[in-house]
Amino acid sequence: MTETSPTDRGGDDVRLTGISKSYGSFHAVKPLDLTVPEGSFFALLGASGCGKTTTLRMIAGLEDPTTGSVFLGEKDVTGLPPHKRPVNTVFQSYALFPHLDIYENVAFGLRRRGIKSVKKQVGDMLDLVQLGDFAKRKPHQLSGGQQQRVAVARALINHPKVLLLDEPLGALDLKLRRQMQLELKRIQTEVGITFVHVTHDQEEAMTMADTVAVMNAGRVEQLGAPAELYENPQTTFVANFLGTSNLIEADVAEKNGDEVVVTSAGVKLRLPADRCTSQVADGGRLLVGVRPEKISLAHADDAGSVPAGRNRISGRIVDSSFIGVSTQYVINSPVCGELEVYAQNIERDGRLVPGAEVVLHWNPAHTFGLDAAQDIDAGVKTVDEEGA
Amino acid sequence: MRWIRRNVVVVAGLLTLAYMILPNLVVMVFSFNKPKGRFNYSWQTFSLDAWKDPCGVADLCGSLTLSFQIAVWATIGATVLGTMIAFALVRYRFRARGAINSLIFLPMAMPEVVMAASLLTLFLNMGAELGFWTVLIAHIMFCLSFVVTAVKARVMSMDPKLEEAARDLYAGPVQTFVRVTLPIAAPGIAAGALLAFALSFDDFIITNFNAGSSVTFPMFVWGSAQRGTPVQINVIGTAMFAIAVLMVIGGQLVSDRRKRAAKP
Repeated sequence: MTETSPTDRGGDDVRLTGISKSYGSFHAVKPLDLTVPEGSFFALLGASGCGKTTTLRMIAGLEDPTTGSVFLGEKDVTGLPPHKRPVNTVFQSYALFPHLDIYENVAFGLRRRGIKSVKKQVGDMLDLVQLGDFAKRKPHQLSGGQQQRVAVARALINHPKVLLLDEPLGALDLKLRRQMQLELKRIQTEVGITFVHVTHDQEEAMTMADTVAVMNAGRVEQLGAPAELYENPQTTFVANFLGTSNLIEADVAEKNGDEVVVTSAGVKLRLPADRCTSQVADGGRLLVGVRPEKISLAHADDAGSVPAGRNRISGRIVDSSFIGVSTQYVINSPVCGELEVYAQNIERDGRLVPGAEVVLHWNPAHTFGLDAAQDIDAGVKTVDEEGA
Repeated sequence: MRWIRRNVVVVAGLLTLAYMILPNLVVMVFSFNKPKGRFNYSWQTFSLDAWKDPCGVADLCGSLTLSFQIAVWATIGATVLGTMIAFALVRYRFRARGAINSLIFLPMAMPEVVMAASLLTLFLNMGAELGFWTVLIAHIMFCLSFVVTAVKARVMSMDPKLEEAARDLYAGPVQTFVRVTLPIAAPGIAAGALLAFALSFDDFIITNFNAGSSVTFPMFVWGSAQRGTPVQINVIGTAMFAIAVLMVIGGQLVSDRRKRAAKP
């Protein structure tokens, strides 16, 4: 891989300022500011129709923003047509040119820029995506995964400042998708180009990206590193869309310095004050959240063995499903109709079957608090639909 | 019994082929005939006279040249216009798009005599001089719908993302059209052009109404059929048939070789 000259690689952040897109009265993307740091693997995550692809197409120049500007480094490219932007796209359908062989597909961008000797570069690029032997084939003679790699090679060979990936793995089956995620991550590390990746698959976004922006209804709900988003969701949408969250409606009972105590259906729960997104006032309401894998289960007979200082809720198992590495329980309790608990299958307690009375307990530090004014189920349904 | 059952498709295919080819064979055989009198309808003796002198009949080669000229220009005109119409109909939303979409089929559906007569009325009312230009205008008109239909089918099945990909890969509007859109639409355009050429070349009814004193090859054949058919007509027919067959075989060979080359 030959890198572009060092001079034009300084400060090539992608900056979107006040960018929006409306189709008549429908606002696909609401005014949004976003900075993608140079060299990062950035994911735009959201359900279909949330505006993530439109945002990507505005960076590529395939869509004109209604308001706002697109900057590459210090340069305003808002008015530039796509063929004048140093940005390349990997399309969901790959969009390989059916009348050209793989070699000419990959060489296309170089040739359009008037570069005569493309042989070495095309060869190197095909080797990078491990398709050196396929140069003379036509796109339709390749498998989906191979076509996908050609699409990546065809874009990357131009050394774009930014590579845009529009659901590039959507058409692949699960196993191949996992493989390509690692492959893309490897290529990104190798070439060091900024990748902006659009996906509806939260697992894919978290696996691949350094930074994830969760989008919903034309807005960015939250932006951050995958672990940060997962551990500290700021909205119910993020809490539910990214993995699963147990959200419990509760009243604030008291605030002791760093700790907030809430009650729900007579059960006292504690959580750190700095993990509450909204102002906590006595008598106010909170949505208390905890991830299913943070919760431990004990049979009601062993309730005494639960260490002091942990949040505890008692309930009854209504459902359990064994999925290999873990068992997923659904628990009915006074505070919440359906609490989900994922227990690692290390030492399985034979008494934990549907109908059993249990105590759920977890470290209060693993609890987060969200503004109770939000829709508690935001983002839940979408996950089910996408999973189907 | 078994043999019949196994080969019934082949037999049916061969019979159909024979049904289609037989008239052409008759034309071919009679191009080597030396008829007595003016009519070339009964076999006499083998002769190469007509082949040695294909233009030996007055006005024959003149009408052939005229037909050829009209067919070439009609093909070019109809293909260029038809391709543009097809792209417009598929790619853009505009007023009366639906109406144009169905009206474009009208020349295909309408009886040719009706169209010929109404065209003649139109030309006479406009005071146009009948001849090469009126025939050309009429031919472009009826070839158009065939070209539009052929190209439209191709453009509709084309992924618009391909052009976006080209623009994304530094191709400007012209480059995108020349390098991506046109090559992908080419089979449809070629099919439309071939159809247009064939239709224009052998059109009789519309041409006969609107040609004035000009005589195209089909008109010449029809005219001479009443006074006696020179063998040269069979020679021209056979040559055209042979050229068409050679072109088909050549195209098949090229695409076969390409397919084989693409295989590992």
